[in-house]
Amino acid sequence: MILAATSTAVNDSGFQPYWYLILGALLFSIGAVGLLVRRNPLVMLMCVELMLNAVNLTFVTFGTMLNDIGGQVIVFFVLVVAAAEVVVGLGIIVAVMRRRPDATADDISALRG
Amino acid sequence: MEAAVFIVCAVIVLAGAFGVVLSRNPVHSALSLVATLFGIAVLFLNQDAQLLAVVQVIVYTGAIVVLILFVLMLLGVDRDDDLDEDPIVGQRVLAILAGLALLGGLLAVFIAGKNEVATGQHSATAAIRTDLSNIAQLGRQIFTTWIFAFEITAGLLTVAVIGAVVMARRPDSYEPLPEPADMDDDGRYVDPADENESGSAEVGA
Amino acid sequence: MVSLVWLIPALPLLGFLLLLAVGPRLGEPIAGWLATAMVAGSFVVSVLAFIGLHSQPDHTTTFTLFTWIPAGRFNVDVGFLLDPLSSAMILFITGVGALIHLYSIGYMHGDKKFSKFFLYLNLFVFSMLLLVLGDNLLLTFVGWEGVGTCSYLLISFWFEKPANASAGKKAFVTNRVGDWGFMVGIFITWFTFGTIQYTQFIPVSPGAATTTATIISLMLFIGAVGKSAQIPLYLWLPDAMAGPTPVSALIHAATMVTAGVYVMVRINPMLHAASPWLPTLIAWVGVITALFAATIAMAQTDIKKVLAYSTVSQLGYMFLAVGVGGYWVAIFHMITHAFFKALLFLGAGSVIHGMDDEQDLRRMGGLRKLMPITAATFIVGWLAIAGVPPFSGFWSKDEILTYAFHQNIALYLVGLFTALLTAFYMSRQVFLVFYGKARWNDPAEPSTHEAHSDAEAAAEGAEAGAAAVATAVDAGEHHEIHPHESPWTMWVPLVVLAVFAAIAGFINLPFADSTKYLENWLEPVTGRYGAVVDYSNGTIVALLTISTIVALSGIGVAFLVYRRRKLPAAWFEPPLFLQGWHYDAAVSAFMGGPGRAGFNALSWFDRTIIDGAVNGIGALARDTGSIVRRTQSGLVRTYALAVTIGAVLLMLFVLTRVNW
Repeated sequence: MILAATSTAVNDSGFQPYWYLILGALLFSIGAVGLLVRRNPLVMLMCVELMLNAVNLTFVTFGTMLNDIGGQVIVFFVLVVAAAEVVVGLGIIVAVMRRRPDATADDISALRG
Repeated sequence: MEAAVFIVCAVIVLAGAFGVVLSRNPVHSALSLVATLFGIAVLFLNQDAQLLAVVQVIVYTGAIVVLILFVLMLLGVDRDDDLDEDPIVGQRVLAILAGLALLGGLLAVFIAGKNEVATGQHSATAAIRTDLSNIAQLGRQIFTTWIFAFEITAGLLTVAVIGAVVMARRPDSYEPLPEPADMDDDGRYVDPADENESGSAEVGA
Repeated sequence: MVSLVWLIPALPLLGFLLLLAVGPRLGEPIAGWLATAMVAGSFVVSVLAFIGLHSQPDHTTTFTLFTWIPAGRFNVDVGFLLDPLSSAMILFITGVGALIHLYSIGYMHGDKKFSKFFLYLNLFVFSMLLLVLGDNLLLTFVGWEGVGTCSYLLISFWFEKPANASAGKKAFVTNRVGDWGFMVGIFITWFTFGTIQYTQFIPVSPGAATTTATIISLMLFIGAVGKSAQIPLYLWLPDAMAGPTPVSALIHAATMVTAGVYVMVRINPMLHAASPWLPTLIAWVGVITALFAATIAMAQTDIKKVLAYSTVSQLGYMFLAVGVGGYWVAIFHMITHAFFKALLFLGAGSVIHGMDDEQDLRRMGGLRKLMPITAATFIVGWLAIAGVPPFSGFWSKDEILTYAFHQNIALYLVGLFTALLTAFYMSRQVFLVFYGKARWNDPAEPSTHEAHSDAEAAAEGAEAGAAAVATAVDAGEHHEIHPHESPWTMWVPLVVLAVFAAIAGFINLPFADSTKYLENWLEPVTGRYGAVVDYSNGTIVALLTISTIVALSGIGVAFLVYRRRKLPAAWFEPPLFLQGWHYDAAVSAFMGGPGRAGFNALSWFDRTIIDGAVNGIGALARDTGSIVRRTQSGLVRTYALAVTIGAVLLMLFVLTRVNW
């Protein structure tokens, strides 16, 4: 598994780095649809995680394709920020759910025009 | 070999993703998420991003998903009535259409461009070296070029922690959560004081 | 001395402000003396300015007070133009005005609103001075509107009677029709010349296109027709007699009604450059109005109504003069008319005052012995207006007829015939009032028409010739009247005016160049484009003789009818004349009928279409808003969907731009 995934290995064994990109795109769309369709706030949070992971994968792939360590560095930071985001998001969910245990994403509509 | 690894992991990732989106039970969604994250970690390894793979497993799978599961269990938000219908008219149809459009656009680019889709400057930050370990390369970059961002993210994490603690604190004016013994057999939450509450969702302590 | 010109309008304005603040407290008669002093002060300054003007180049000077409207290309200052024309006018405006103020102290004695009367009078004099002294059309228009407003306020001074209020409204509304023309004239002037200042556009106006000059002159003439009571907008003047007599003397004889003539004379270069049909039109409108009004005056029974129609008639003469190119002649007649008409009105007021507010001619008579000063001065005024030499009216009227003769024999003959009628009806009035048997204690005759004191209080005003609104003449009612002479505050102005009415003609004798003082004085303003009439002395004397014969014949016929009763009065007083040729009734019928339909249609248009359009835009915004508002559902997932769709669209747009 620790095969060098450098650009020189691209042309043999029929494997192409851009397949990662396609996988990333699929993962991202699934996450996006899931975010729009599900109402349970925790599941929505998980869909956001899916999207973030898709993006991470894409970044690493581009780093590989461009022979740049910067792709992985960015992913590192994305990971950190995603963690912080989940922490805050869960805090919000806890605060909301405490009052109304059966709240869903549709119930917070006080800003309607 | 790489192709084989890729295909297996791709299947796991996609299966997990569908599991997240389509499961009725949020706990099932969480577990499917674990599968996806693991698959992604292996894909990272496939591209020689060892540090990231490990960090992914530790942080994402080991911390984030666990936290989500904690909250799921703690607050009992595991009801599963989500998928029968959508109260907002047209939401589902439009969501799927949007998702398909998004996917279509992205795929069009990637399939048309293939490997040339990466048009940026090669090795803009630093080339990937084979003589140095992955950790060392990443460390080198983080602590020199990206040191500023690093410090800020440290601050960000601190702020996030403080904020979460403040938000999730139990306010004094509240009645305490009733004992779990008040849960009925279906796992539904029965609060004797519930009938008197107005029930508006408020955020904040 | 000419730098004091700003004092001339400032003094009456000061009087107005003082009376506004403390008038009721000052009370009678101090308020009246204050007002009189202000106008008299204005007169003194006018004389000084007049003298000082002789040393100015071209006898013209301007004086700018301050910048009023600095709006880009449209620049209007408040400034005064003192030239031969305006100086001549301010002299008689302030002079006659001061005399009438003095007269009013006696006339309005005992009136509850004594100080308010003088307040309005001072405001009026201020506006009139602004009109005449203003150095641009806009300032003149401000004065124009000001005198119209004061006219309205003063006509309906006793507004407790609905008929008086209606008369005031009628005056204002009729004037407004003319004002439209004036305003359009100002607009076109500015568009053509880029300026509305007299010293700037009048000298270049002969170079303007004929059509433009014609339109501007025509529009200003329409304004003049309204203000100076010519056909077809004269109907307000007879009704305006509902106001106190000093008002009729000042406003409707000597000053406000002359504003139209003033404006026409002021723009005479432009008039000269207009198409020839316009001056001809002006001349014919003037002379027809003169004839028309004279016929109506022959049959009137109210002492003031006779004089009102007489004013309309004399104004017609002034427009005749303007139309035939005799611009300075119009001013000459304006000056003499101011003296003798004010004199006649004040004399009539004196008679009314002495007869305890009786205004019907048929109930007077033989007052010569009981009111000697009034009678003597009135007779002087009568001789002046009838055109008997050597009184002033003779000279000025003859000049007009001479210029008319020079232009068109038809104009001359109509004017001459009107002079005959003028002599006739004025003599009739004098004979009925001052001579003959005293009739005020006779039982009232059945009138040939009803006297309605509450006649048609609707906006269209009373019928022409209805009895005076200030009295109620019911059959059988008569109270004891003891006619007496008026106090000195009233007869002193009469005497002064009589002197001027007698000698004012000598400011311009037509025999030699050195005696044509007025014509020479006005030459910088009117000389270049006026008609040149150069008859030999023989022709002049011949025309003078004809005029004299005509005047004396008019008096003679009246003598036969009213003193000797050789000819029946009914021949000369047909009901048609009494009813003013039914013109007023026709206008009322039109306005009430098709007019009202038109007004309703316009009102509907304004309400439904214009307001509807504006409101419709508001409604459209509101309705669009309520539709768009539905996108703000407050649901997070909807917003997320919107974001996603937006992102997708953006991405698709970028993809279309990509170089595949």
